[in-house]
Amino acid sequence: MNAVELKNIVKKYTTKKSSVTAVDNVSFTVEEGELFGLIGPDGAGKTSVFRILTTLLLADEGSATVLGNDVVTDYKIIRKITGYMPGRFSLYQDLTVEENLEFFATVFETTIQENYDLVADIYKQLEPFKTRRAGKLSGGMKQKLALCCALIHKPKILFLDEPTTGVDPVSRKEFWEMLKRLKAQGISILVSTPYMDEAKLCDRIALMQNGKILEIDSPQNIVNQFGTNLYAVHADNMYNLLNDLRAFPQTTSCFAFGENHHLTLKESNDDIRELENYLDTKGYLKRTIIKIEPGIEDCFMQLMKK
Amino acid sequence: MRTLLFLLRKEFLQIFRDKLILRVIFVMPVIQLILLPFAANYEMKNISMTAIDHDHSEYSRKLINTFTSSGYFQLTEVSKSYNDALKVVEDDKADLIVEIPQGFERDLIKENQSKIMLAANAINGQTAGLAISYASTIIRDFNNDIRVEWIQAPRMNAQPIIEITSSNWFNPKMNYKYFIVPGVLALLVTMVGFLLTALNIVKEKETGTIEQLNVSPIKKYQFILGKLIPFWILGLIVLTIGFVVSFLVYGIIPVGSFLLIYLFAAVYLIALLGFGLLTSTFADTQQQAMFIAYFFLMTFILLGGLFAPIENMPDWARYLTYINPVSYFIEVMRMVILKGSGFTDIIRHFEIIVLFAITFNTLAVLNYKKTT
Repeated sequence: MNAVELKNIVKKYTTKKSSVTAVDNVSFTVEEGELFGLIGPDGAGKTSVFRILTTLLLADEGSATVLGNDVVTDYKIIRKITGYMPGRFSLYQDLTVEENLEFFATVFETTIQENYDLVADIYKQLEPFKTRRAGKLSGGMKQKLALCCALIHKPKILFLDEPTTGVDPVSRKEFWEMLKRLKAQGISILVSTPYMDEAKLCDRIALMQNGKILEIDSPQNIVNQFGTNLYAVHADNMYNLLNDLRAFPQTTSCFAFGENHHLTLKESNDDIRELENYLDTKGYLKRTIIKIEPGIEDCFMQLMKK
Repeated sequence: MRTLLFLLRKEFLQIFRDKLILRVIFVMPVIQLILLPFAANYEMKNISMTAIDHDHSEYSRKLINTFTSSGYFQLTEVSKSYNDALKVVEDDKADLIVEIPQGFERDLIKENQSKIMLAANAINGQTAGLAISYASTIIRDFNNDIRVEWIQAPRMNAQPIIEITSSNWFNPKMNYKYFIVPGVLALLVTMVGFLLTALNIVKEKETGTIEQLNVSPIKKYQFILGKLIPFWILGLIVLTIGFVVSFLVYGIIPVGSFLLIYLFAAVYLIALLGFGLLTSTFADTQQQAMFIAYFFLMTFILLGGLFAPIENMPDWARYLTYINPVSYFIEVMRMVILKGSGFTDIIRHFEIIVLFAITFNTLAVLNYKKTT
């Protein structure tokens, strides 16, 4: 049995004037015990997929199951076995940390004591603040509390919609370590994120753009499929460099990427003399061209262009 | 059951933690009950008037004296001509002009009749109407007085006269406060019950917590009861505070039974909470809910018979009051508090409110969905 199975899901948001296809014929499966990442920019349709799977939204077409339960007919069962953490912090800001956790435990017909071992790791960090109101917590603490609340009823599957958006890098790292530990306990996890660096922490990822799935594979395989040389180019005038590189006849793609420009060429051999000469004639100083390993983001850019 | 208890606990925790709302809930009824009945008084005293006396006779002076000594009118200025008097009205110094023509006394004695002109400033129609009616009464009394003087008490009246004396039942002194306090009480219960329920649920929508509840196995009835019961209790508490205040400030003790009032209020609150819930299913933000709620509250109150008597309304407006739950509650409050009506007297109101309760709540439950 798969943890999650989506078949040809379509969701349109229609207003009088226009219609937006948020999810366009999406199919994928998440295996049991897998940490599956849904990667894509804002507006890719990630949240719609989550809301369909958590039975909050009805799809226009297609079918979906969560641990073998249909999202339309068996929604009652799904609501018992899933933990959902929405993208926006949505706990009671005027209740304390402890009261929030207790509340969600009760709503799911359990108690904190019963499943304490599952949340113990995370809750220990929150314990010093347990009498503080949730609205007064820091961003990272809020996310930890939200995760605790989503976990307190010992769900078999976790849906985490952009859990690390707006969280500092240290908390993000801690958060992903928690996810790994949860995965080790056999909980299937579907997580979405706009951060490409988090993608490689998943078992498998689906790259999503404009409601469509571009690619589904393990992060390593996706990187391996890149299939061409990637160069990091740096020089003194980065803005002109980007324009000149794009004007270079051999260039297939060139993107600004942090402090370098990532460049792919039409001829995939290690001969870059032509490029060097081209840049020299343009008069760049301190130019460096280094061949690098592609990352998920490079793959995403490449897939988007196709 | 445990879940429901916990939902209730959470709701009360939140209410008691919001100090501002809490103050509003408890202080508002007290202040409104003290302010409104004193301010909303239909009895007019000290209407400013100007007199134009062309006659300068004994009778004309006597007439003006009758006006000023009645307590209802205050002579602010004596004008020379009608135009002068109009100017006084334009300057907002007087609301009523009394013009006594030349030869007033002579005509009255000789021809047994005379004319007086009254003109009222009708910018405020209510003041104008009252001023004219008070003035007419005063002139009639004046008329009777001088006739008594002339006739010198005959043994038998030449013409039979029907004398009308009236007594005001259930409010013998026509104390306006007795009339308005029960209405204001009804109003307060309405505001707390309706507005707070509507806003509270929409708040959960706004903060997104409703999503979290929706994905949980919590039952629809549990959620709804968890929302309604706290405000039902709060509504009854506000009613109790209201009774305490109206006793302490106005000395009003219901003639009828408290039990009956509370029974009716309990059912009325269920209807109103259902309406609040229904409102909340339509609104996505607290602002929207606030405006929808205000629209209905204003309409309910203005058509509820609190300020303008329903009997005075045109037919179409009277039909509207039939679907206005507030008007039933105000009526029942007045009936039980002032008249001491028993259950059999208000059974029709009771049935209608039960009907409202069932309708509103059914609609609300049908319209409230856990899935979007």
